[in-house]
Amino acid sequence: MSFNFNDDNLEKIELLKSKYPKVQALSLPLLWMAQYQDGFISLEAIQEIAKICETPMMEIYKVSTFYSMFNLQKLGKYHIQLCKTLSCKLCNKDDVLKSIQNELNIQVGESTSDGLFTLSQVECLGSCGTSPVMQLNETYYENLTPISIVEILKALK
Amino acid sequence: MIILEDKKIVSSKFHIENSHTLSVAKEHGTYSSIERLFTLSSEEIIAIIKESHLRGKGGGGAPAGNKWALMPLGELKPSFLAVNCDESEPGTFKDREIISKDPHLLIEGIICTCFAIKSHTAYIYVRGEYKEFSNILQSAIDEAYEAGYLGENIFNKGYKLDVIVHRGAGAYICGEKSALLESLEGKRGHPRVKPHQQECEWYFDNPTLVNNVETIASVPFIVKNGADAYKEFGTSSSPGTLLFAMSGHVNKPGVYESEFGICMMDYINHYGGGIKNGKKLKAIIPGGASTKILTADEVGLAKLDYETMKALGSSLGTGGMIVMDEDTNMVEALKNLLEFYHHESCGQCTPCREGTGWVDTIMQNLLDGVARGEDIEKILEISKTMNGQTICVFAPAVSDVIDGFITKFRSEFESYVREDLT
Repeated sequence: MSFNFNDDNLEKIELLKSKYPKVQALSLPLLWMAQYQDGFISLEAIQEIAKICETPMMEIYKVSTFYSMFNLQKLGKYHIQLCKTLSCKLCNKDDVLKSIQNELNIQVGESTSDGLFTLSQVECLGSCGTSPVMQLNETYYENLTPISIVEILKALK
Repeated sequence: MIILEDKKIVSSKFHIENSHTLSVAKEHGTYSSIERLFTLSSEEIIAIIKESHLRGKGGGGAPAGNKWALMPLGELKPSFLAVNCDESEPGTFKDREIISKDPHLLIEGIICTCFAIKSHTAYIYVRGEYKEFSNILQSAIDEAYEAGYLGENIFNKGYKLDVIVHRGAGAYICGEKSALLESLEGKRGHPRVKPHQQECEWYFDNPTLVNNVETIASVPFIVKNGADAYKEFGTSSSPGTLLFAMSGHVNKPGVYESEFGICMMDYINHYGGGIKNGKKLKAIIPGGASTKILTADEVGLAKLDYETMKALGSSLGTGGMIVMDEDTNMVEALKNLLEFYHHESCGQCTPCREGTGWVDTIMQNLLDGVARGEDIEKILEISKTMNGQTICVFAPAVSDVIDGFITKFRSEFESYVREDLT
């Protein structure tokens, strides 16, 4: 199996190269690009990115494993990322978590058997004033309650 | 109850509909500092910022003008501005308000700052999770390019400036300025060893200035109105305003700008509407999770400025207060924070990588009812090894957090101890 950036992305990469003093700086933007293209980051993609960034493959692999938002494995169509840090905890995120677990019948770190949902808990999402909060793929859902979260999930099924 | 007068420098347009668009922002005064800006020299602008005593608003509170003055103004190498929008400190959510409600103010600040340090490229490093908000920021940048406010010849003044949004990917430590630059160079976000003498930061060996979003957004007001106008707000050593914020057990959590120097309790009551459900206050973490916790008695003495908070043995940090009511379990609260620190330690220095893990494990034992009295001492001992032994201030901050919780609420921790274990 090999990985190639599609034509649109190849064009974007050329533009990106003009924005940074060195091509090594492109590793994060390209890892994002690969993840959007395939839904996750494969080793083949890492190899391709290393080539473009003129960096050893191991360097790109190191970067891909350092940042928590890069997924080296396929996830469900909807990635539920419930914030678990203090402000959300003080505002009863544990009740919201229980509600998700009951609704989907999965534990943290698991995906539903139909591949629709993956449940994660993440560290502070920087939305403490509207806690509890979750990020569903890239969209924030704020001021959650055990009831509102079920409505959100039902609408996605 | 004391009624506070609204004093706004950065948040004055937050309540206006569509304030993120160029037309609305301009109608309400954004980009009005530009005319004066181009009548000044680099040295003059830096002198004004120094004179204003503007302090870095990302948590450190270092004087911004001094940092700017470290930038070499010669043209030998290109220089860069990196705007820190990696906002990940628990309890802090103010930069997000700026980039989504008044992104043009930030762009205006970037123009002022870059012109002062003779930089033609600025990167805005936005935490990966803020995708929705960085999209708003990107649209504003696109509008500014179209209007000729960014690009080859900004405002027809013969100055070139490019602004690039660079997206992080979920690493708290990238808020540390040297880790941010490592990440911007395409590497893991590992903080760098600090030089002995004061010098600017370096991006691919080019001189670089790193400032927080709110610091940069405060610059246009100062350029337009002068240093004295800024110093009319706040106290003599902490002049100006800050986007303070509240979360946790308050009735109206959120971001509310206020001048420095007001009483913490007045702020909580006036803007936050007091403690939720009429409960009593137990404690407040004053400026993002990494500042030392204050008991209710200490909160009664606390004022929102750098000096008072330091005198109380804590610090103002980012101004993001986490409020806890009388029913809060302090053992669970500390455990929650330690999970955060354990997860977010970059792993470079042993005392931090191992220390956060071990304390997290012992705290779990405490909650599981399998810890002895000596384990509390062990936590404090490990905490000591984390202070002053590492490259960056992450571990010393964790050490402070642990000490604060355990020394101020020791009996709660002791109530979990089991002495009958063999």
